[in-house]
Amino acid sequence: MRVPLNWLADYVDLPADTDTHALAAEFAAIGLEEEDYFGPEISGPLVVARVLDLVKEEHSNGKTINWCRVDVGAEHNEADDNPKDPQPGAERPSRGIICGAHNFSEGDLVVACLPGTTLPGDFHIAARKTYGHVSDGMICSAKELGLGDDHDGIIVLADLGLTGEPGDSAIELLGLDQVTLDVNVTPDRGYQLSMRGIAREYAQMKGQSFTDIGSPTVAEVNAPTDDGFPVVIEDSNPIDGNVGCDQFTALQVNGIDPSAKTPFWMQRRLIAAGMRTISLTVDVTNYVMLELGQPLHAYDTALLGEEIVVRRAQAGEKFTTLDDVERTLDAEDLLITDRGGKGGKIIGLAGVMGGAAVEVNDETTAVVIESAHFDPISIARTARRHKLSSEASRRFERGVDSLLGPVAARRCADLLVELAGGTLSPATTQVGQAPEPTVIELPVKRVDSLVGVDYTTAEVTGLLEGIGAGIEVIGKDRLAVTVPSWRSDITADVDLIEEVARTGGYDRIPSIQPAARAGQGMTEAQRTRRRISNLLAADGFTEVLSYPFTSDKRDDQLRLEADDIRRQHIRLANPMSEDLPLMRTNLLSTLVELVARNFGRGAKDVALFEAGLVSTSAGLPAGPGPRHLPGYHPTDAELEEVYASVPVQPYHYAGIISGNAELPGVWGKGRKAEAADVIDTVRRIARTNGIEVTVEADQIAPWHPGRAAKFVLADGQELGHAGELHPKVCENLGLPARTVAFEIDLDALLAQEDLRTWDGALSTYPVSRQDVALIVDADLPTQTLAATLREGAGEELELLETFDLYTGDQLPEGKKSLAFRLTFRAADRTLKADDASAMREAATKLAAERHGAEVRS
Amino acid sequence: MTDQLDPLDESAVKAAVDTALTAFADARTLDELKTAKIDFMGEKAPLALANRVIGSLDKSDKAAAGKIVGKSRGLVKKAHDERMAELEAERDAAVLIEESIDVTLPTDRTRLGARHPLSLIQEQAADYFIGLGWEVAEGPEIESEWLNFDALNFGPDHPARQMQDTFFVDPADAGLVLRTHTSPVQSRSLLQRGVPLYVVCPGKTFRTDELDATHTPVFHQIEGIAIDKGLTMANLQGTLDGFAREMFGPESKTRLRPSFFPFTEPSAEMDFWFPNKVGGPGWIEWGGCGMVHPNVLRAAGIDPEVYQGFAFGMGIERTLMLREGINDMHDMVEGDVRFSARFGMKA
Repeated sequence: MRVPLNWLADYVDLPADTDTHALAAEFAAIGLEEEDYFGPEISGPLVVARVLDLVKEEHSNGKTINWCRVDVGAEHNEADDNPKDPQPGAERPSRGIICGAHNFSEGDLVVACLPGTTLPGDFHIAARKTYGHVSDGMICSAKELGLGDDHDGIIVLADLGLTGEPGDSAIELLGLDQVTLDVNVTPDRGYQLSMRGIAREYAQMKGQSFTDIGSPTVAEVNAPTDDGFPVVIEDSNPIDGNVGCDQFTALQVNGIDPSAKTPFWMQRRLIAAGMRTISLTVDVTNYVMLELGQPLHAYDTALLGEEIVVRRAQAGEKFTTLDDVERTLDAEDLLITDRGGKGGKIIGLAGVMGGAAVEVNDETTAVVIESAHFDPISIARTARRHKLSSEASRRFERGVDSLLGPVAARRCADLLVELAGGTLSPATTQVGQAPEPTVIELPVKRVDSLVGVDYTTAEVTGLLEGIGAGIEVIGKDRLAVTVPSWRSDITADVDLIEEVARTGGYDRIPSIQPAARAGQGMTEAQRTRRRISNLLAADGFTEVLSYPFTSDKRDDQLRLEADDIRRQHIRLANPMSEDLPLMRTNLLSTLVELVARNFGRGAKDVALFEAGLVSTSAGLPAGPGPRHLPGYHPTDAELEEVYASVPVQPYHYAGIISGNAELPGVWGKGRKAEAADVIDTVRRIARTNGIEVTVEADQIAPWHPGRAAKFVLADGQELGHAGELHPKVCENLGLPARTVAFEIDLDALLAQEDLRTWDGALSTYPVSRQDVALIVDADLPTQTLAATLREGAGEELELLETFDLYTGDQLPEGKKSLAFRLTFRAADRTLKADDASAMREAATKLAAERHGAEVRS
Repeated sequence: MTDQLDPLDESAVKAAVDTALTAFADARTLDELKTAKIDFMGEKAPLALANRVIGSLDKSDKAAAGKIVGKSRGLVKKAHDERMAELEAERDAAVLIEESIDVTLPTDRTRLGARHPLSLIQEQAADYFIGLGWEVAEGPEIESEWLNFDALNFGPDHPARQMQDTFFVDPADAGLVLRTHTSPVQSRSLLQRGVPLYVVCPGKTFRTDELDATHTPVFHQIEGIAIDKGLTMANLQGTLDGFAREMFGPESKTRLRPSFFPFTEPSAEMDFWFPNKVGGPGWIEWGGCGMVHPNVLRAAGIDPEVYQGFAFGMGIERTLMLREGINDMHDMVEGDVRFSARFGMKA
């Protein structure tokens, strides 16, 4: 809401020397945050000037210009003409100015900016040679001074109803020294979208008494008559039982002079408030809306049918609004229409925007003024449905004073009578009545107990009276508060408490840290996530947070099979980009892009990890989701339905290494990342959390079919995968060849029981080590052979290490040799070499039985 | 070699000893010492030869000669051993000096990763509140519309529910959105944990804003809610002041300004005092807060006549940007390793 301060001063005591920046801060402290500040933009000698003489000179470019002698006042006039370039007419103190406009003549008072003036847009004025003369300044148009869009001619003061003496400051005369504050009005406070509402806030803030010109007890209103312009409300489709229009006031003004112009002072205020000037009648309706907060509409009586009908649209009906857009209407849209005689037209989308059919025009001499009260929900939905937010709809959505209609209609009519020479017809239409005011009981103690400030009953009463409420004391420290008709946002005691705290000042609230109950600290899941994230960072991975939006194309690039569950995405109805309409089902699908981006920016080796939620659409209930209104506590069954409607979103970890796993440097050439690196990462994650995990070969996208590991947890659940990415996947995504990656489901890990046991003190008897190399089939997983050896070796095997893998000429085709070191230790004695050998032989014997393993000699 | 040394000639024996001691002292290396040892302690050394003839002396002279020669040989051996210890120490020291390396060579053969500072800030904030006895609650990112809006007193016609702010899951009547704030965790916590309740919820949130220097469609918030008997706006102010000190230093504090949110009444915008603000200390807008609206408690089945409390929420990105002087959102969301590397594992 733009508040021209000189307009505000009409209603309150606003000292001329007010520090406007300090005032903005004071407004912010009561909830009116400063959005913008419009201060004076013109400096220097901008003066009233009288055109003494002018000659028209035609130039070779076809343009005719005026070479003028202007009197700019004794202080600014030059005594003598320049002998080489004399001005027209008799020589006398003056200046010579060139002007291209033709809407003035000798004797007119105009506005001249002399050299040294700065105009809006940081436009500096200097004397300059043009069209063969030296123009010693400029005669200004309204647009050049920031006074509107009018650039058709220059300002002639008489046209604005202004006068002055040559040399007078035009800055003050035109109000160009005025400040306008733009304050942000929160969506609950429709009343602040008016000078009246802002004035009330100002008066209360400054402790001034306030006369409310919008109150029907202060302002003059017309009593309804039987012969008012006929208005019928026919709402066949109320929203939630609320009739779309509950009050309609109509007044008629006749005998308007269609040539009457909007006075300059009103134009100034409208423009300062951010509106355009259109015509006197329209400007007056806008002026009253800005002043009081009631949107108004004036219809040309001559073009109207016999009666105005407020009704809902029929679905599919068409209507072209004043912005020249044809709208296809919805059955919820509320319309102003006419009927009978010339009627049968839609004349407006109620409370949002009119149409051209009965608009006032330059032949209009009689108008019907509409001052109605509409259902905020209905207006909000129509405005949103048609993406048509207007000054009127903004106010109706936020709630317009239910007692204001007759006041605003009369104020509008009075201005038309005053400014356009019309007469107000006594015929007054008043359909519907204002609702009874809301009364809320408020125990004063409730204010203290919520805000934490000790207010007295007198203070609470005073503050609430300041917002316009009626107060009745109905018991000891117990008030019955009558809510003002413009405060539809106040429906419960907490709303009143906010008003007490706000108008009393939030700076009165002390700072007291509450003592919370003893908590449980972090959950195991939270601790685990930190443990893993820190482990990964220490292991060389950099954490990133990719956007979770993906696409079918990405799934193709990752070579996901058509029936892969990771293709069952949740789809967004309104994605940021049609290219990325899906929610990710796995982290790698979005993480890969960041790897590519880092390479694109010159990184040589990249290791990234991400932790976050994924989802699939699998198992989601079909059909519309559950809906309940604010304040309703659903039953247990309804709550279950709510929870079940939300997709399961497991917490995943994924990581990628591209390039070197060990970096090159003075110590050597480094080592390229390989599948084992990320397989080990997953094993380290499991081990860090005390979880056993077994590894199996797997064939699954996006990994290399021969270089992917699946991790299986003790309860048989799958933890995830790791390995080298499929060469085609790297190619598709622009990743370096042999990029390796892992992805695991943390929730599966967290679901594991802790199976670790502890069966006594550490043995300090010496160890006995035995080495053995076994020849087995090349495709036998090492993990399987190792498990057999462990089983065969018995409980005194403390450690089994695989220290060599050999394939080659020394061995038969299809065989490999694996070398193991077995470390034995007994709990109760020193093992002899023979004991250890016997245990080793037991192990190799079992390996021979199970896998045909031969000891390699 | 020299003539046979007379074991009874004390001065000759002493001279032989002196010669040996001089030779040992002159030896500059262990090799030279070894040669000297052969010369003066070997089988053909004068003292060895003198010792050998003692047996052939008169019985009366044997004892005296034995004493003279024995003592002398002892002196020579001692001198040798001392010199050897010296030379060995010199040699060892020289070896260590030769083995010296350039300790300033690069050492980063294993890569060090980094946490994302947005994660670290969330952990710092969580730790602060855990220290106060609060707990950290979590919720899904794809959320029920009821929990994201209605349960928080956003009516069906609230502007925030419209398409221009909220990501809706397809079909739009599925009643699912990408949560527009962490506030649905308020409702989940009230419903599932009950009261008294003191929880914070850091997490990811979504709004349909194009990525630019100050906006991102995916961002993070931290939400706090405290519901108990008798909590007031003064407790809200106290909690925020403490949190501001944790995040922005001991000089920081907060200020409340009236505002509007559907799920709080009274509502406030919150500014914090930032001593390290670019261009000098000042107030900076940090987030929204207020006393939890009775309808939010009612929706969770909690009696607002008995329990009341406050809630607050602030942007993690904004907090990080202000604190670390980051001026472009792109750096935080694009995943460039150079950005996180600067923070290591501590923001």
